[in-house]
Amino acid sequence: MASLWRYLLAGLGLAALLAGILAVVYLTAPRSPQLAGPDTSRSKTTANGLFVASFEPERGVIRQGELQSWLLTLKTVAGAPVEGAAITISGGMPQHSHGLPTSPQATNYLGDGRYRIEGLKFTMSGWWQLRFAISAAAGSDTVIFNVVL
Amino acid sequence: MSRMSRLLALTVMVVLAGCGKPEFSDAEKKTIASLALSALPPLKPDTTNRFADVPAAAALGSTLFFDTGMSRDGTVSCSTCHKIDRQFQDDLPQAVGVGRTNRRTMPLAGVAHDPWFFWDGRRDSLWAQALTPLENPLEQAGNRAAVAHYIKARFGERYERIFGLLPDLSNVPANASPLGTDAEKAAWNAMPDQQAEDVNRVFANIGKAIAAFERSIAPPQTRFDRFAAALATGAPPQGDDAFSAEEIQGLKLFIGKANCVTCHNGPRFTDNSFHNTGVPPIKDLPPDRGRIDAVAQVEADPFNCLGAFRDGDAGACGELRFMVKGGPELIRAYKTPSLRGAATRPPYMHAGQFLSLDEVLAHYSKAPASVEGTSEVHPLQLSDRERAALVAFLKTLAE
Ligand code: HEC
Ligand code: HEC
Repeated sequence: MASLWRYLLAGLGLAALLAGILAVVYLTAPRSPQLAGPDTSRSKTTANGLFVASFEPERGVIRQGELQSWLLTLKTVAGAPVEGAAITISGGMPQHSHGLPTSPQATNYLGDGRYRIEGLKFTMSGWWQLRFAISAAAGSDTVIFNVVL
Repeated sequence: MSRMSRLLALTVMVVLAGCGKPEFSDAEKKTIASLALSALPPLKPDTTNRFADVPAAAALGSTLFFDTGMSRDGTVSCSTCHKIDRQFQDDLPQAVGVGRTNRRTMPLAGVAHDPWFFWDGRRDSLWAQALTPLENPLEQAGNRAAVAHYIKARFGERYERIFGLLPDLSNVPANASPLGTDAEKAAWNAMPDQQAEDVNRVFANIGKAIAAFERSIAPPQTRFDRFAAALATGAPPQGDDAFSAEEIQGLKLFIGKANCVTCHNGPRFTDNSFHNTGVPPIKDLPPDRGRIDAVAQVEADPFNCLGAFRDGDAGACGELRFMVKGGPELIRAYKTPSLRGAATRPPYMHAGQFLSLDEVLAHYSKAPASVEGTSEVHPLQLSDRERAALVAFLKTLAE
């Protein structure tokens, strides 16, 4: 009986040691970039600093798998609305190397620098990228928004 | 002493049992809840078909679904391939109607939730889809003029109670269609525009009745759904609803390391989208390029959402208006099939390429390159045990 005791104690001790080592390894492991996540801010200065763009779902919420429209608001750096911009949209899921499941378009100018972007659809959860190429009187520029579902 | 040792042995057992216990992280629980049938939203009204939820239309549609009279030789109905007691499919690698087709019959449970129809999505509504097999020479091989005459003769009264008066068909040729044989095409082209429009209208209404019926075909609750419901409430699953260790491992792989859930997501286990997964073509069948060749077809379809036979306004046509029209990703891309009930309906894939789930998992594990275009799946190097666990999990979706 006493020897069973000893084996059990030794076993428990080993298990505790293993758990300790695992904990140390886990806690000190460098965080993968996926955990940190991409920058999901909804308002950004475009790549060459021509415009300030903000991008919001028109109805406030993002619904996976449903067609939806978003609003892209374009201002100059000085804060004036950008009118008459030509906008093209591309994107995809960088981690799955595939593009967008739909081809969204800017369908309407709503005034005050606001453009309706229709036909967006996020078919899976994860990290999506939307790239806008914008041409207006001030010039052409691009901006990328990250959306994480 | 012996009491102490028993206590200790008990402690060890509890600790060990704790390690093997089905623990799901909060993220996993959230994903599992999103796959449960209870997460399926109610069917949205189809504003392009104002008869979609009219019971008399669904009743006529159900009659027509099982009626062989609209086929060329009077032997083939929708139910010849979509068998009611076989999940509305036929267990064949490629469907057989009047001739042998090039694709696998698709099951129909929950199909009304889809935005696109067929393996390549070459139709954009359930009612436009239903018109295709009627005229496909390998399926029912009928033609729309003959169908209109047949409806008038057999179901005239029922039709008129739902859709209003039938047009005068007395001068319409017995056989005519823009898609038929040369003789049928010639007959169609000789018809005055109004007459052609009348026949098209009757034809579209038949599709709308059949679609109304198909809306009632819903996926049933499965063991997985009962397990997911228990998991969501925190109550231990009862009796048969409890998952074995292997089924739990399979579920964890499905939503984790094996990445299946990236495409097979939501309560129907499909993202309703098109992907090239590197499934090899079948040698003796004509070339099949999937979605890339379907785009022009759905755009050209006179019964599509933007055409003259849609009810309601064009606001319902977003999927068609904003569809992806080109790009290498569409080459050999096929619609992600629902996995509900899949375990009991081999063979698998768009032309029945794989005979068993084991073959399907072997394919995903190796992820061979596509013959054309680029496969989106990457080799998973699953062990034998992992593949078996995934199969065990898929079976819970068919019990
Ligand atoms: C000869 C066998 C056959 C007949 C008859 C047939 N189908 Fe099908 N059905 C198929 C095949 C095969 C496919 C997939 C074809 C493809 O992708 O090209 C399919 C696809 C479908 C789909 C698309 C499902 C989805 O998930 O996209 C629906 C809906 C459907 N059929 C309904 C019908 C209706 C309604 C009829 C009768 C008017 C009918 N079928 C007649 C074999 C048949
Ligand atoms: C990139 C998207 C994608 C991923 C990831 C994916 N699938 Fe699929 N799956 C599909 C598509 C698309 C098809 C149909 C392909 C075809 O017919 O050519 C399919 C077909 C299937 C089928 C056959 C169903 C039928 O009715 O014929 C099964 C079973 C299946 N997948 C299981 C899985 C499992 C298990 C995993 C994870 C190991 C997985 N899939 C990962 C997209 C995906």
